[in-house]
Amino acid sequence: MSAAEEAERARTTRNAWALVTPALIVLMAAAIGPLVLVLIYSFLTPGDYGNVVWSFSLEGWQKVVVERDIFDETLHLAQAHLTIFWRSVSLSLVTTLLSFFAGFPTAWFIATRPASQRAFWLFLITLPFWTNLLIRTFAINQIIRNEGLLNTILLKLGIISAPLQMTYTEGALLIGMVYVYLPLMVLPLYAALERFDRRLLEAAYDLYASRWQVLLRVVLPIARPGIVAGSILVFVPCLGAYVTPRILGGGKLMMIGNFIELQFGQGRNWPLGAALSIVLLVIVMAALLIYVRAINGEKRGV
Amino acid sequence: MSEQRSFDVADLPGVGPTALLVFAGLYAPIVTLVVYSFNAAPSVATWDGFTFDWYLKAWHNSTVMNAAANSLIIATLAALFSTALATLAALGTTRRPAFFGITAIYAAINQPLMVPEIVTAVALLIVIAAIKAATGYAGLGYLVIAHTAFCIPFAYLPIRARLEGMDLTLETAAADLYASPWQSFRFVTLPQLTPGILAGWMLAFVTSLDDVVITEFIKSPGQDTLPTYMLGQLRRAMTPDINALSAALLGLTLVLLSGFFLLSRRKS
Amino acid sequence: MAKHIISARNLVKAFGTGEFAVRALDTVSLDIRPGEFFTLLGPSGCGKTTLLRLFAGFEMPSAGTILLDGEDVTVLPPNRRPINTVFQSYALFPHLTVAENVGFALKMQGKPRAEIEATVARMLALVRLEAMAGRKITQLSGGQQQRVALARALAPHPKVLLLDEPLSALDLKLRKEMQVELKRLQNETGITFIFVTHDQEEALTMSDRIAVMSAGKLQQVGTPKEIYTHPINRFVAAFIGETNFIEAVGETGGARLKTGDLIPVEGVLHGPVTVAIRPEQLRLVPPETEGAIAATVRDLVYFGTGTHCHMALADGTALTARLQSPASGEIGLALGESVGVLPTPGAAQLLRE
Repeated sequence: MSAAEEAERARTTRNAWALVTPALIVLMAAAIGPLVLVLIYSFLTPGDYGNVVWSFSLEGWQKVVVERDIFDETLHLAQAHLTIFWRSVSLSLVTTLLSFFAGFPTAWFIATRPASQRAFWLFLITLPFWTNLLIRTFAINQIIRNEGLLNTILLKLGIISAPLQMTYTEGALLIGMVYVYLPLMVLPLYAALERFDRRLLEAAYDLYASRWQVLLRVVLPIARPGIVAGSILVFVPCLGAYVTPRILGGGKLMMIGNFIELQFGQGRNWPLGAALSIVLLVIVMAALLIYVRAINGEKRGV
Repeated sequence: MSEQRSFDVADLPGVGPTALLVFAGLYAPIVTLVVYSFNAAPSVATWDGFTFDWYLKAWHNSTVMNAAANSLIIATLAALFSTALATLAALGTTRRPAFFGITAIYAAINQPLMVPEIVTAVALLIVIAAIKAATGYAGLGYLVIAHTAFCIPFAYLPIRARLEGMDLTLETAAADLYASPWQSFRFVTLPQLTPGILAGWMLAFVTSLDDVVITEFIKSPGQDTLPTYMLGQLRRAMTPDINALSAALLGLTLVLLSGFFLLSRRKS
Repeated sequence: MAKHIISARNLVKAFGTGEFAVRALDTVSLDIRPGEFFTLLGPSGCGKTTLLRLFAGFEMPSAGTILLDGEDVTVLPPNRRPINTVFQSYALFPHLTVAENVGFALKMQGKPRAEIEATVARMLALVRLEAMAGRKITQLSGGQQQRVALARALAPHPKVLLLDEPLSALDLKLRKEMQVELKRLQNETGITFIFVTHDQEEALTMSDRIAVMSAGKLQQVGTPKEIYTHPINRFVAAFIGETNFIEAVGETGGARLKTGDLIPVEGVLHGPVTVAIRPEQLRLVPPETEGAIAATVRDLVYFGTGTHCHMALADGTALTARLQSPASGEIGLALGESVGVLPTPGAAQLLRE
């Protein structure tokens, strides 16, 4: 390589860094850097009125799973915490599953519309996605709460005599989260199915496959990257959900997100909150890693 | 007769009805919310006729108007800054040979999409509490910087897509025709990039406008945006003026999103 | 003005590094005279476009120098070289009008508005697009876009105009028209044109001189007639036009074929050689004619203006003659017929492998 070529290459790389640096500074200051502080805070001692005292302590991490008895100082498993973890994980998994069963037919439906209509149906999915999460949670709350539309109609029709208690149940959380996160499942599924070569269906039918066999043996395997992407996109924000459980769970049915908030609010235990945040972050990163592996495996397999 | 039915290969069992049910389910609550924001009665139990009262009530409520002003100021500034930063970053990460560190840059730019909002919110709460204690400043600046950071990936995506779709030889041609690197950017790259930048700005604006969690954690006492105000009101009973606010925000999102769709459909 | 408007001195361009490095251009030296219509001809991947990009300054050479009008411009950026390019894809700015495209370079140079307008008008007249000044690029046909690209590159009156396969996107009829148009523009402006093409017929019709390239190396430089009648090696002979190659042994007086026949050739080259002779330089005569090489007709392919007569010599060597069509189109030959082949005196070339 000549000196001129090398200088040209070095200049291009220098330019690239110069252009990216301003964004990196802001991201470092207001997104990535603070995460390091969370890790540090998880090893400090809680202050009496919130915040922390700068002395090392493992108490925050201990309290994630165990609690100290107020009377005899013995340690035992923190049942309430475990309930919250279990609720977060199980609700997120079920939400992902339900979103898939609702989202797959929807994505297939959009992908099989004539090209001119597809943009319209896609817009119908995208609009709720960009609509404020809070507003969508309000909207669903207005339908299912005791004085809500559903109960009102059922009462007026005489089907029930007293309002059904739907809010503040895990069922309500589930309905709310599926409602809120469904577009995140449909969009990647659609992206995968839109590229699907429809001649493969003809080939499969030609080779004596039934409709169910076509679905299970041809369509689903080919749509796998979209299924994995959609599942991750729904699972990850579910796990960290805060607004939806706060409104539909009414403060009683907490998920990890609300539990973290509690430590920074009334709980006044910032180190525990920080430790919980790290736990959540690690679970999410693990999920993303599985996603990357699955996508890369797909590429290698072909 | 069943033998006469045409065989559509794309037809899978149960797809059509399920999809239509999903669309109905997605829109029924939103439509209900909008419709009842015009209901004269304060509850969904009865329909007392059409009214704009709830909108007027919100309009005359100074707390609501303050929150709305905060929302717009923060969203405008955060969208402006994040779009500027994302434009530079997109220019730096596209259309050049891969270099050492490019993967780390992608990870950093997309970080706000990967980390749960609640974790970012907590992290910022810690940092900002420390800065507030040290400096005493409690203005909107914190919110603007935080929003700028998490809006960057949303602004970055359409700009990057536009850049990648652009013909590289156009800039070569500009250089050939005596344009300096700056002139080439100013007269060739930028005009063609404009739809992407506008689209990025809109997505960033909507993202900032919608944020609840991060804002809720780092706002100073008495400082509210529309979403945090609405979340606060919810502790009390649901009131129809919240419906009116929701419908108004929904309308704004609809306008911005339609603008985004039109821009990104325009041929490059 | 220097004797050469642009010169390449030992230019090398390598892509990649280490053992994976590919030499797109391998030690090329070339001198181009002012006002010439010079063509770089070769198959795709031969390095002709790379050489053009080095001249334009879009890429830096790995080694060697480029002289423009006697000055070293090797590392000068493209915006500081008085050289303009007509791109294969035209690279017209879609957000500007026809007039704005043509005036782009002058605007970048900071010329006064009146001068820009005058030059744009003159250039549009030159390419006969006066009526299109206000149009958007997307509203033009392919041929019109081609003319705008030409006008845009000529407007700043460069010392050298580079044309990168500019006609490849046009259909045959338009292509012929533009070939004439390009020659006219070159005559009217007096600017040196360096033209890249893979089409040998286009190169032969338009050029003052041609450089034939292959595998990153310069094979031969010369006028169209020199290149066609005296190809320097087998590649040039095969790439330009059609040629028969016959293995032979050189001796005083000519080349001795394996069949024992002697083809007379001027200049002595001893040892194994290849005889190159164009199909149109072979005459068919009765087999018993003095000096004729005996052959058998294997195939006859009629193509309108003539017929290709494919033959085999006694040792099986294939040979093709191109025969002019008579009025009836019938050349009166049958498959399997024995004929005599007589090369036009002076038409055979000896190539050393």
